Amino acid sequence: MELTGAEIFVRCLRDEGVEYVFGYPGGASLHIYDALYKQDEVKHVLVRHEQGAAHAADGYARSSGKPGVVLVTSGPGVTNTVTGIATAYMDSIPIVVFSGQVATSLIGNDAFQEVDAVGITRPCVKHNFLVKDVKNLAETIKKAFYIATTGRPGPVVVDIPKDVTAHKTEYHYPKSVSLRSYSPVTKGHSGQIRKAVDLIMQAKRPMIYTGGGVILGESSKQLTEFVRLLGYPCTNTLMGLGAFPATDPLFVGMLGMHGTYEANMAMHECDVLVAIGARFDDRVTGELSKFCPHARIVHVDIDPSSISKNVPVEIPIVGSVDNVLRDMIKLVKESKQRPDKAALQAWWKQINEWRSLECLKYEHSDKVIKPQAVLEKLYELTRGDAFVTSDVGQHQMWAAQFYKFDKPRRWINSGGLGTMGFGLPAAIGAQFAHPGETVVCVTGEASIQMCIQELSTCKQYSLPIKIVNLNNRYMGMVRQWQEFFYDRRYSHSYMDALPDFIKLAESYGHVGMQIDKPSDVEGALKEAFKLKDRLVFMDFITDQTENVYPMIAAGKGQHEMQLSPCRRDTSAERELA
Amino acid sequence: MRHIISLLLENESGALSRVAGLFSARGYNIESLTVAATEDPTLSRMTLVTRGSDEIIEQITKQLNKLLDVVKLVDLTEGAHIEREMLLIKVEATDGAREEVKRLSDIFRGRIIDVTDRAYTIELTGTGDKLDAFLQTLGKAGIIEVVRSGPSAIARGDKGLHL
Repeated sequence: MELTGAEIFVRCLRDEGVEYVFGYPGGASLHIYDALYKQDEVKHVLVRHEQGAAHAADGYARSSGKPGVVLVTSGPGVTNTVTGIATAYMDSIPIVVFSGQVATSLIGNDAFQEVDAVGITRPCVKHNFLVKDVKNLAETIKKAFYIATTGRPGPVVVDIPKDVTAHKTEYHYPKSVSLRSYSPVTKGHSGQIRKAVDLIMQAKRPMIYTGGGVILGESSKQLTEFVRLLGYPCTNTLMGLGAFPATDPLFVGMLGMHGTYEANMAMHECDVLVAIGARFDDRVTGELSKFCPHARIVHVDIDPSSISKNVPVEIPIVGSVDNVLRDMIKLVKESKQRPDKAALQAWWKQINEWRSLECLKYEHSDKVIKPQAVLEKLYELTRGDAFVTSDVGQHQMWAAQFYKFDKPRRWINSGGLGTMGFGLPAAIGAQFAHPGETVVCVTGEASIQMCIQELSTCKQYSLPIKIVNLNNRYMGMVRQWQEFFYDRRYSHSYMDALPDFIKLAESYGHVGMQIDKPSDVEGALKEAFKLKDRLVFMDFITDQTENVYPMIAAGKGQHEMQLSPCRRDTSAERELA
Repeated sequence: MRHIISLLLENESGALSRVAGLFSARGYNIESLTVAATEDPTLSRMTLVTRGSDEIIEQITKQLNKLLDVVKLVDLTEGAHIEREMLLIKVEATDGAREEVKRLSDIFRGRIIDVTDRAYTIELTGTGDKLDAFLQTLGKAGIIEVVRSGPSAIARGDKGLHL
């Protein structure tokens, strides 16, 4: 039987096992929306802005490991998704974005709501397609999912002209596709892996540095086994938090610009660095010329172009983290060599000295709410078991520092692109993926306003997300940089004319709370979590001038961290100076 | 250093712009780029000339390989290879210059492929250096129009870049 392109589209999603589509209808996608209306297997979630759809699909993907799906119309529909696509691209998140397009006969005519979707999204997708013939639709959709989810994952855009959704053809959804120009590597080179394990076993001051690739590659179990087998210190990047249990004593915290003192010092002093599924981002390395001066480096990554991009690597291993880790574990177990106990003991002694500085300590207050205290309490009350999304800025860094993630896929933030406005829609996606679980959006009063309209989506679908708004009346991270590097000229970083967030939440049909006393923090959080079926917007009025510490300033190396004023007079720093 | 990168690309709309977009997005430079379909109509062959340090060339080849439209890639400058470029040039050919231009063209083994009573159109192939030398010899004065194809290149020996 022949089906229309629109019907084929919906069948494809069904046969691909897609549960939810996050979208917003419009002229060019009307045939598809009509086909969606006539079935109930593929559920559609109506957002309030297409950016929200892309972030929601992204949050769904990050929290579940399954690809997120977006459906938007042509023109502004697809341009509104670009920030979301770029966000997913920078963090290698598998989403597939379907955009309506004007009819093929109109393409290139500056038609109503026409935009070159393939051209506009080209630099921020793994691949994209324009489907010109209904006969190619099913196969293209299969390819899109295949490309998005294999190798180094990433967003794929499929642009579908309106007439293609009306034309008819036989429906056949291919079980698999192969592309002659695309065959992601899976197994790592056995010789390289052997060399790497040899080096790893000889290390006197080893360091294991892992990133988002471990989470994307579903390899946290292997990583945990590998690290524990060796007894080496492990650090995670912002994207990699949760890949190794944060409460394990071998974990030295996050590294990088706002990482822990011990993680960054250990990076600087290590003699063998094992980088796994991480890409030596500038926020991790600090000044490149000062990066890991003593280290011989092993780098495991599925993407060859990540290797030796920023930092030259001695032993590159291209392959899926999962397979390579399995092979390494096997070799470590078989190896006659054992880690150098004495050296390791001395190394841990050194690391524990750095640790004893307690670089994340902050000055408590009973007068004003310290943002860090809110996050510590949040961690305690959710027993570290919530899905935590965040926006971008100080609150993001504090959440990364103070919420100890023991499991992968619980920490959902825009690391690469740094997209303010990501947190709330991402929480929507996470809540759809995990209906019974606690989903918390940690945000700030500046970020939350960038996709605030999605509160309406939360109401429509009764999503009981808990929003923790750390409201310091500033774009906190911008203010912090202006304080440090611009002589306290707070140019346009003050958030004036803020809405009354209680009323705002209430007007969307949610529960709003404002908390301005430190003594009320715990009670408010408990009360909010008791409201299991309601979205609660908690507006915490926090210390306006709190800064994120420790910090590696621009141009500095990992060993040149700036510590919190309350940690500066300790012996470790005197020694450092 | 100068590198000649040869690519087999999917012969699809958008493939060229993916390659060009990659170079502009990452700040790599393209000295020249030629592309045309091969004996297999689903494939195009592209010859791309670029410059950069070893690290940059390594990134360029890795990034190109990542593009889904790139089927195969080789850096021809890593081995012995032959490169040829074609020049089409229209030159004033009146009075005494008419004989002189013909003579120079013969010396460079050019072919006159169109003639009017005021001008010759000459076709010349060779390495970029040879074409440069010819242009220099002619001098600016008489040149009406210059069209250069950019180099095409192929590896020496019996091995080829194919699927």
